[in-house]
Amino acid sequence: MKKISGAEAIIRCLISEGVDVLFGYPGGAIMPVYDELYKFQKEINHILVRHEQGATHAAQGYARSSGKVGVAIATSGPGATNLVTGIADAQIDSTPMVCITGQVASYLLGSDAFQETDIVGISTPVTKWNYQITKASEISEIISKAFFIARTGRPGPVLIDITKDAQFDMIENFEYKKCENIRSYSPVPTFDKSIISEAGKLINESTKPLIVWGQGVILGNAESEFKDFVEKSGIPAAWTILGVSAISTNHKLNVGMVGMHGNYGPNVLTNDCDLLIAIGMRFDDRVTGDLKSYAKQAQIIHFEIDPAEVDKNVKVNIAVIGDVKQTLKEILPHIKKRSHNSWVRKFRELNKIEYDKVIDKEYNKQSGGLSMAEVIKSINENTDGNSILVTDVGQHQMVACRYMNFNKSKSNITSGGLGTMGFALPAALGAKIGDPGREVIAVIGDGGFQMTIQELGTIFQTSSSVKIVILNNEYLGMVRQWQQLFFDKRYASTEMTNPDFVTISKGYFIESKRVSKRKDLNSSIRKMLSHDGPYLLEVCVEKEENVFPMIPSGSSVSDIRLE
Amino acid sequence: MKKTTYTISIYTENNVGLLNRVSAIFLKRHINIASITSSESEIPNIFRFVIVVNVNKEQVVKVVKQIEKQIEVISVFYHTDKQTIFLETALYKVKSSSLFEEKQIQNMIKDSRANIVTVKPDYFVIEKTGWRVETEDLYQKLKPYGLLQFVRSGRISVSKKSMDISKILNNK
Repeated sequence: MKKISGAEAIIRCLISEGVDVLFGYPGGAIMPVYDELYKFQKEINHILVRHEQGATHAAQGYARSSGKVGVAIATSGPGATNLVTGIADAQIDSTPMVCITGQVASYLLGSDAFQETDIVGISTPVTKWNYQITKASEISEIISKAFFIARTGRPGPVLIDITKDAQFDMIENFEYKKCENIRSYSPVPTFDKSIISEAGKLINESTKPLIVWGQGVILGNAESEFKDFVEKSGIPAAWTILGVSAISTNHKLNVGMVGMHGNYGPNVLTNDCDLLIAIGMRFDDRVTGDLKSYAKQAQIIHFEIDPAEVDKNVKVNIAVIGDVKQTLKEILPHIKKRSHNSWVRKFRELNKIEYDKVIDKEYNKQSGGLSMAEVIKSINENTDGNSILVTDVGQHQMVACRYMNFNKSKSNITSGGLGTMGFALPAALGAKIGDPGREVIAVIGDGGFQMTIQELGTIFQTSSSVKIVILNNEYLGMVRQWQQLFFDKRYASTEMTNPDFVTISKGYFIESKRVSKRKDLNSSIRKMLSHDGPYLLEVCVEKEENVFPMIPSGSSVSDIRLE
Repeated sequence: MKKTTYTISIYTENNVGLLNRVSAIFLKRHINIASITSSESEIPNIFRFVIVVNVNKEQVVKVVKQIEKQIEVISVFYHTDKQTIFLETALYKVKSSSLFEEKQIQNMIKDSRANIVTVKPDYFVIEKTGWRVETEDLYQKLKPYGLLQFVRSGRISVSKKSMDISKILNNK
């Protein structure tokens, strides 16, 4: 067999892993790989982003819409360090991603060579695994491990750093074997079967049970097992922001969102239920509020794949450690078919209070400036609930996730744990490439949009049909809201003098429109949706709108404020 | 919750960067590492870290879970001082002249069961293996006579209960 270079070996490994798209940016230390990408253009589509951070977020968006591992590639030094935010985001939101970075030649390591940084050292705390390849002979084994680790168990980001000499070196007898086992790593912990019947007993005995589910249901491809569990048990189910879309918004047992800006019913009743069943979620502080007063009256069952999450924030009575697809299936025969009508009604009653005090006023607003909620309402009315919503971070994110209708899983892509402004635009591009058949609507604030605004260039160059809705209130709205509520309205550095987004969009040859009047909103949304190709709609919304309900940080979930 | 001294033993694959990965877990939680030793274990190519920290029970449990979660970590154990046999070694470098001029030094060495490792014309080196209080005690005693140098190792320990690492490895 003929000899091939390390760089070619990398490409062959990627192809063997089923990778057909890469998000990246070239540079000195990764040039041998790019030279091979030139030769393998038919097999691998390389998307040239405008900043390496965009490559990671696009890879994340791709992973979240397709369920496959997203791959980002960059050069050494600044190319590599620019990946770090996206890697940290993928780590905290459990997104499967492999990042490949070039590195200076191995004989230069440690010499402060041009564009040398210790990216393995820098990325260690925010990767599931990382490794530096210094010999071409290691490539095959390490890349197969990288993909195995990124996608199995609780998924996460892996970074592989490859020195330039390892890319140039020739290897004989290249072969690629998919990694199936690493002795020091058990992706799915084995679980004690007796736990299942114990958990089942607790569920059957409870009179006021509440399910809180998270992204684990989606990552575990357990949507149908989850639905069966919810429907048979008749238990009201509330979602974390990353869990939404695992079952449809209109499901009769879906009682809304938990957490800081979640719905009134599930937050208040968290402190009233007698059993809390947490499924594939990790009790983030934005979900629990003050831990000392979180569900203290309830017994807690935690379905979780990562043993390190059990008892981390909230002590539980029963931990069902394992893959939710399997554990939910196994528990089903142990639970009785029930309905909890009067208990479910309680959620509806409380949510009705929220509807009257908050939702109706903003969702069905009739006068004054446009609200963010009515923009989402218009999107709902003009789509079928099957679009993918990509959001950035801030007020618009909370509003969009609260109001968007979802009928299909993998439909909400947002930066949850890290709260990365600038996430949405590149993530939307990646989401579209990951699932081209679906409508991708990115709802972004004016602040976050300007953090990765340059990715309009990537969207234009790839003609990706992404619909971009900027909710422009000329403020960093969420910070302004906190300043208003907790810092006596001292609006320190939150007001923004913005550029003309429509003109900028036109500069990138992306169709664009600005809307500020209620009467034009619906037609503008329809125009955007019917446009063939990317489209940017800037919606000028009320400047000082607040997101409610709200659990002030440090407060108890049941002290959620409606105004 | 009360803070206790815990000895955390970590068995890992032999990989560059793993020390960084493990220590980052302590750093992230602002936990100070009191001592750390690392070397190849009784099993070829399997490394062992012994880390001593002073934390409460809840903290040690969480940290151990986080360490266990790292891909190349094979097994992690934690023990209180009662559950292990542990020692550390200290070396004391003293001027040779004081050995002859100060009679007490010879008694100190004898009483504390320390050994003289080497004697040179201008200095000699004493070695003492034991608990921290013992090495510390000798340090305090020798200090007035002018210690030229003093070094102390991290803790090494074996558990009282059997930890059959090779068996654990075979089951992986």
